[in-house]
Amino acid sequence: MNASPASGTRPAPDPILYLDGVSVVFDGFKALNGLSLIVDPGELRAIIGPNGAGKTTMMDVITGKTRPTAGVVRFREHDLTRLDEATIANLGIGRKFQKPTMFDALTVFENLELALKAPRGPLACLRWVLDRGARRRIEQVLEEVGLTARMHDRAAILSHGQRQWLEIGMLLMQDPELLLVDEPVAGMTDQETEHTAALLVRIAGQRSVVVVEHDLEFVRALGSKVTVLCEGAMLSEGSIDHVQNDPRVIEVYLGR
Amino acid sequence: MSASLAAPAPGGFGRITLRLVLIGAVLLLALLPVLNRLPMDSALHVSDFIVSITGKWITYAVLALAIDLAWGYAGILSLGHGAFFALGGYAIGMHLMRLIGPRGVYGHPTLPDFMVFLGYQELPWYWLGFDHFPFAVFMAMAVPGSLALVVGFLAFRSRITGVYLSIITQALTYALMLAFFRNDMGFGGNNGFTDFKELLGMPLNTSSARSTLFYASLILLLGALWLCTIVTRSKLGRVLVAIRDAESRVRFLGYNVTNHKLFVFVLSAMIAGLAGALYVPQVGIINPGEFSPGNSIEAVIWVAVGGRGSLVGALLGAFSVNALKTWLTTVAPDLWLFALGGLFVAVTLFLPRGLIGLFSKAPK
Repeated sequence: MNASPASGTRPAPDPILYLDGVSVVFDGFKALNGLSLIVDPGELRAIIGPNGAGKTTMMDVITGKTRPTAGVVRFREHDLTRLDEATIANLGIGRKFQKPTMFDALTVFENLELALKAPRGPLACLRWVLDRGARRRIEQVLEEVGLTARMHDRAAILSHGQRQWLEIGMLLMQDPELLLVDEPVAGMTDQETEHTAALLVRIAGQRSVVVVEHDLEFVRALGSKVTVLCEGAMLSEGSIDHVQNDPRVIEVYLGR
Repeated sequence: MSASLAAPAPGGFGRITLRLVLIGAVLLLALLPVLNRLPMDSALHVSDFIVSITGKWITYAVLALAIDLAWGYAGILSLGHGAFFALGGYAIGMHLMRLIGPRGVYGHPTLPDFMVFLGYQELPWYWLGFDHFPFAVFMAMAVPGSLALVVGFLAFRSRITGVYLSIITQALTYALMLAFFRNDMGFGGNNGFTDFKELLGMPLNTSSARSTLFYASLILLLGALWLCTIVTRSKLGRVLVAIRDAESRVRFLGYNVTNHKLFVFVLSAMIAGLAGALYVPQVGIINPGEFSPGNSIEAVIWVAVGGRGSLVGALLGAFSVNALKTWLTTVAPDLWLFALGGLFVAVTLFLPRGLIGLFSKAPK
């Protein structure tokens, strides 16, 4: 995933996501405190941390929902601190929310259709015709997230796990370069969790995936580099074994 | 391709049945002016009153469609749509005033009576062009559309939604009412416009003018229904529903929500303007009272009663509430506002999907 250190001659690839010294202050409370984070193209990265560590705020900053008080946030060459949510989404950053959020009045198929990468303007939407290619792409994703049988059901009646998958499916439809996935396995059964881990590992490689998660078993199953956040800053980074043995991490997070 | 929100679930009051009922209702409406021509003593004779009041209701139904498009689908609860309707009415009213010509009380060749009375020497610049019918029709759409564009742009860009947007639109129609009440606005002040003589060479207040305006309204209704159906069945319609239910999520999918809301708000205002333009020649008067906040709220109640998020529901609501109003204001005029309020509360509590919900099963 990372440039091999052994080759020596090849420089590290330009990071796809670059956060440096990012701070967010809400009424004197520092939600993020000089956070730095680098994600490479194709990398799968897990982010863990106790409640209030700033994980969701970090996602908000990257997707344009919250403006940082200080710091640099770059996606490839774009300065994300100046762009709105829609522009950032169209640059190729997709987000799955902690609480699955989709359009309950629409069917599973229609939810995916709205997420499908296509011209987004009102007139383009008015003229939109679902062609064979688009239909096939939606069917592929339905297959991938295991919702083919439910495609004509309204999203409102899906089970919790199915809602999580539909949201991951909506992310895939956007064909983003970077996926931000907030607590994908919350409330899932063990079997569903396994399925989700396999799905995310499969997605990474062609795309970069940043996963925020509490479930350490799940993070272990991802087998990726782990970043530990605490009080709005990076506390430790490395393999899951490395961070689990880091005394600072044990003190603030795992030991409790 | 995919069912719209309004589509009843299989096993309910099917879409085909709904369509047949709709066609039947339109044919029945279309028959009214014909029955009006029958001799008075015929059992099937329909009075002038019925024809003119039904023609008026049809323009209300178009206004209801416009509100439903913005509120029922995109979640934009405008409590000022009466303003767009009234502006369309004023635009055609200006044309009708120009057509009076020297037949006014003061016999001035160009100036309407109220301007002579107020001592105007010449026509204000913004009255120019209104002697041409196509221009007046264009303005009946362009003025409400432009106002919606400006107000919508400022509100949607600042992400003003929900009750705040409703208050702003309500204030808008109130402000316009106060402005139009002023004599120096050049729109006839308190009295507005009336005493219209003719339209397109056709003397008003004749039976043929009544039926022509009636059919024009019916055509407008069908056109608006067709247009709204196209919008709501398209992917744009599904984006609007998505915005209504989870606006910020739509942004994270990469949609510029402001543009979609503006599109539907402006379209809705233009439809409302055209409805007003057909309303005024039928009732023969337009004055600032049409801007009163209560009118806009009443129109929203039509849609709530009929069933928001269903175009047929909006039509059903406009006709049934207005029929009730006509009846009740005849037998017990003091009760009407209580009945209207009670109706709104009852529908909200017991029929959240409106009258149309009675005929179709709730979606799964």
